[in-house]
Amino acid sequence: MENLIALLIAAPLLGAAVLLVGGRRLDAVGHWLGTLFAAVSFVIGLVLFADLLGKDAEDRTLTQHLFSWIPVEGFQADVAFHLDQLSMTFVLLITGVGSLIHLYSMGYMEHDERRRRFFGYLNLFLAAMLLLVLADNYLLLYVGWEGVGLASYLLIGFWQHKPSAATAAKKAFLVNRVGDVGLSIAIMLMFTTFGTFAFGPLLGTHEEPGVVTGASEATLTGIALMLLLAACGKSAQVPLQSWLGDAMEGPTPVSALIHAATMVTAGVYLIVRSAAIFNLAPDAQLVVTVVGAVTLLFGAIVGCAKDDIKKALAGSTMSQIGYMVLAAGLGPIGYVFAIMHLVTHGFFKAGLFLGAGSVMHGMNDEVDMRKYGGLRKYMPVTFITFGLGYLAIIGFPGLSGFFSKDKIIEAAFAKGGTEGWILGGCALLGAAITAYYMTRVMLMTFFGEERWKNQPTRSPEAPSAEPAAAQGGAAASGHAAAATGEPHPHESPKSMTIPMIVLAFGSVFAGGFFSIGDRFLHWLEPVTGHSHGHPPVSALTVTLATMVVLVIGVAVAYVQYGRRPVPVVAPRGSLLTRAARRDLLQDDFNHVVLVRGGEHLTRSLVYVDHTLVDGVVNGTAASVGGLSGRMRKLQNGYARSYAVSMFGGVAILIAATLLMRAV
Amino acid sequence: MSFPLLTATAVLPAIGAIATAAVPAARRDAAKVLALLFSLATLVLAIVVLVRFDPDGDRYQLTESRSWIAEFGVRYELGVDGIAVALIALTALLIPFIILAGWHDADPLETGNKRWRPTQGFFALILAVEAMVIISFEATDVFLFYIFFEAMLIPMYFLIGGFGDRAHQHGEETAATQRSYAAVKFLLYNLAGGLIMLAAVIGLYVVAGNFSLTEIAEARANGSLDMATNTERWLFLGFFLAFAVKAPLWPLHTWLPNAMGEATTPVAVLITAVVDKVGTFAMLRFCLQLFPEASKWATPAILVLALISIIYGALLAVGQRDIKRLVAYASISHFGFIIMGIFAMTSQGQSGATLYMVNHGISTAALMLVAGFLISRRGSRLIADYGGVQKVAPVLAGTFLIGGLATLSLPGLAPFVSEFLVLAGTFSRYPVIGIIATFGIVLAALYTLVLYQRTMTGPVKPEVAAMPDLRARELLVVAPLIAVLIFLGVYPKPVTDIVDPAVKQTLSDVHEKDPQPEVEAAK
Repeated sequence: MENLIALLIAAPLLGAAVLLVGGRRLDAVGHWLGTLFAAVSFVIGLVLFADLLGKDAEDRTLTQHLFSWIPVEGFQADVAFHLDQLSMTFVLLITGVGSLIHLYSMGYMEHDERRRRFFGYLNLFLAAMLLLVLADNYLLLYVGWEGVGLASYLLIGFWQHKPSAATAAKKAFLVNRVGDVGLSIAIMLMFTTFGTFAFGPLLGTHEEPGVVTGASEATLTGIALMLLLAACGKSAQVPLQSWLGDAMEGPTPVSALIHAATMVTAGVYLIVRSAAIFNLAPDAQLVVTVVGAVTLLFGAIVGCAKDDIKKALAGSTMSQIGYMVLAAGLGPIGYVFAIMHLVTHGFFKAGLFLGAGSVMHGMNDEVDMRKYGGLRKYMPVTFITFGLGYLAIIGFPGLSGFFSKDKIIEAAFAKGGTEGWILGGCALLGAAITAYYMTRVMLMTFFGEERWKNQPTRSPEAPSAEPAAAQGGAAASGHAAAATGEPHPHESPKSMTIPMIVLAFGSVFAGGFFSIGDRFLHWLEPVTGHSHGHPPVSALTVTLATMVVLVIGVAVAYVQYGRRPVPVVAPRGSLLTRAARRDLLQDDFNHVVLVRGGEHLTRSLVYVDHTLVDGVVNGTAASVGGLSGRMRKLQNGYARSYAVSMFGGVAILIAATLLMRAV
Repeated sequence: MSFPLLTATAVLPAIGAIATAAVPAARRDAAKVLALLFSLATLVLAIVVLVRFDPDGDRYQLTESRSWIAEFGVRYELGVDGIAVALIALTALLIPFIILAGWHDADPLETGNKRWRPTQGFFALILAVEAMVIISFEATDVFLFYIFFEAMLIPMYFLIGGFGDRAHQHGEETAATQRSYAAVKFLLYNLAGGLIMLAAVIGLYVVAGNFSLTEIAEARANGSLDMATNTERWLFLGFFLAFAVKAPLWPLHTWLPNAMGEATTPVAVLITAVVDKVGTFAMLRFCLQLFPEASKWATPAILVLALISIIYGALLAVGQRDIKRLVAYASISHFGFIIMGIFAMTSQGQSGATLYMVNHGISTAALMLVAGFLISRRGSRLIADYGGVQKVAPVLAGTFLIGGLATLSLPGLAPFVSEFLVLAGTFSRYPVIGIIATFGIVLAALYTLVLYQRTMTGPVKPEVAAMPDLRARELLVVAPLIAVLIFLGVYPKPVTDIVDPAVKQTLSDVHEKDPQPEVEAAK
């Protein structure tokens, strides 16, 4: 059974290799092959899942050692896998949602001439993501970690001919690299402190504590904070969140799979996986909760101000992952719920993105919600599935988000003390804002006036985000000017609606299924541990409070966007709105400090290198042997000068040798 | 007497050089094929060396020893340890690709050019460099090493000064002037370093009475050869300076961007991937073994210089407008990593540094040779002259990206393994330096991805619209290099197995032990 683990990764990896190296002769079948390889991986995942379920809760671990990867004196890294309940949960999410999105992409990318390559990249992503969650040591995890970063880079920049897409891809990679510095340093700290970075000896099992228990709290706090830095990069948490909004330049299936359901949640995986370290570093845990709380509000506020449907959803993703990070920072009170919310979020956010893609598909790739309106009549399936996702994310009673988010809010209060009140308050406030911005998205898109009538959806000078998915060959070539007529909204093909329906099922039922009899808790507890904390108020009170803020959020949005007509051109807005539209000015800060500052720095260094360093070294040489004048003479291009200098060199050599003989 | 395998490995390319040069001027293509065949035969011999070498055997193997200049104790002594074997294999592997990539670089220009462009000479010089580099890796006699360390400047000088890119944005006359300047600068920097080394070599002879690396190192180790502290330091500096120029280490690096910028890309690869490695190799072999105490004394200063190289080289790479100069500055950054790994004096650092030499050679070759194919199509080295190439030449763009990803040490590709080992090995002894150096990985991503974005993505520039994709010969150069990069990224064990014992011995020469983990792993 263990030997299947490698196959899980091998299937999509083989798919990526075949599709990317295979060349044009595979163009006709590439999308089928890619989807097949994803599905094979999902089936293997199911087989392994059944196997784990057949074992006792305490023994649900499979390991596979493939080969010794980097053996150097005192340093040992292996290619070995570790499958337990935590990684199993991810495997099913990644391959399950992954397969659905492959299916969806068959329809969505139908008109793209580079579709084969798209599926190759998607398969590459699956392989890297599976490696990330299955690695049994941090260095191998790192390979998956940057592997998904590479896949993300390739897919965000898939439409490379658009400068904005290429820039967004580069930005995502760079910001992630800053996080990767954290992961590198964390691994180096583990190596110098413990001599190993393998999960087994380091983190231990529930029976036998790992070596981390022997280290000082200061060291562990250092490691934990470095891991948090890595998590911030990958999971778009403040202060490394700025890349996620731009990442929406990628095709929408990519946004759904990578930038909503799976890759961006890798940071949460990293923290939960490293629970043994974080549990011993309370200061670091506090920082984790603060990052989570700040990001959940930050993302929610940004989500309120965006008119681009995908960017509004991106803000929401950031915010929801903030919830997960907050929960993960709470320690054993929150680990299980962080992962549970991660899974339900995987369903409803992927569903929402696919819905958004379906809307864009029917609207000539318009992304501006101000130019939507009243679409429920034209796209009933999209409307219903998107609507269920909407109800799930705002935490409508009985749907998935209700169970998972509520638990996190409870857990935040249960941390106890002032911290508990503050964190719980933030989580509640976030729930209100979530209800507000998601209602806003819903109303602007599916209800109200049909604002797209009697006007072209986009002007030629503002090309849309999704040229290749547009209808018709001309638009598929990538230049937006073709689609300037009035859009004719229509429902998307089956290959697109089926995945949306499946995900809607998950959005509705997953939370309830997980919560009945605490199924999810019992499943994951052997890996992460669990404690109830000290709830200052009863669970019912929290639930009621959540309901109240939910109603307030929905009501405010309804008054603003349901009762009044939505202006097609965005109003100027308050100072906060304008700041939120610009991602709360973080990009402006980055631009002024990092980009401009960096440009000045490199430009002056180029000057310094050319004049000063070169000059000083040459000058020193000159003062020693009068070489400077000779250098100048030699530049003027007389062949004789080279010859002289050449023979000079040789002569020196010979003279030196002769001198030796004479000594 | 057994077959002198090491001599044969070095002499074969030398014979190839002479044979290639002797081909009549009209039979240009025959000369190229001949050169390629000789480089492949050398590769076969290098593989034999690799196979015959026993990682767990004696320190120096396949040794040869003959009297040469008896009155001064200069001997013809050869022998290889694991580090040398790895680098000989790298050299022998890269030369056929360099020759193949430069197939048309030395063809006579059609349009009335007066300059002499001897095709035969170009390939003969490359083989001559190969011969000298290989014997430098093999020599265990200090004087023998010195001779070839210096002598390789001569063919390199002609390769840099005599052959440039076929098309040049500033016109052929300006190009020739810049080339000469670059060649002379290369020569003077290295000659100056070499002269200082010569003084140190003589000084060593005065102190030790012979030139044998093994004898002196052994005498140093068992205490029978004492050196006054100051003498040892001066001699160390004499050797180190020469190697630091060649490596090159900040602030002695400025010749490299000129040389790599003006030379044809295969020659640029020859410089950075092969010839410069002699510098870092020699630090490991000569500086550490002959002058262990002085090496430790100088370590803090060298580490700081290496750190400056890493960050400074990367920042300068970000600021470049010329593709080849960008790669040159990136190499300076990478050489910083190698030197840092050597002087961190840990097993991981030195094994990592050796592996880094191999991996950097292959990754730079991949990136630079594809860059060369790109430049030969458009006739410009300026980044701004490109844009949207991936649309018209996707395979070229794809291989360029993989070369770039290797340069930024993406996990899964070979350079990641060595870079992480160097960083971990440095961090375990010098945490602050290790942490600062780690930020080099962000800058590496920056210069690589900016280069890729500006040249390959965006709207297709009219000047590149008709650009053909990679040809069969070019693919034949790039594909194997990429395969090696992936293989060594996934399975570096064959190299680390060879290198590790040699590193262990080097560390014991300098009386250093790895720092032990604070908390012992419960196994």
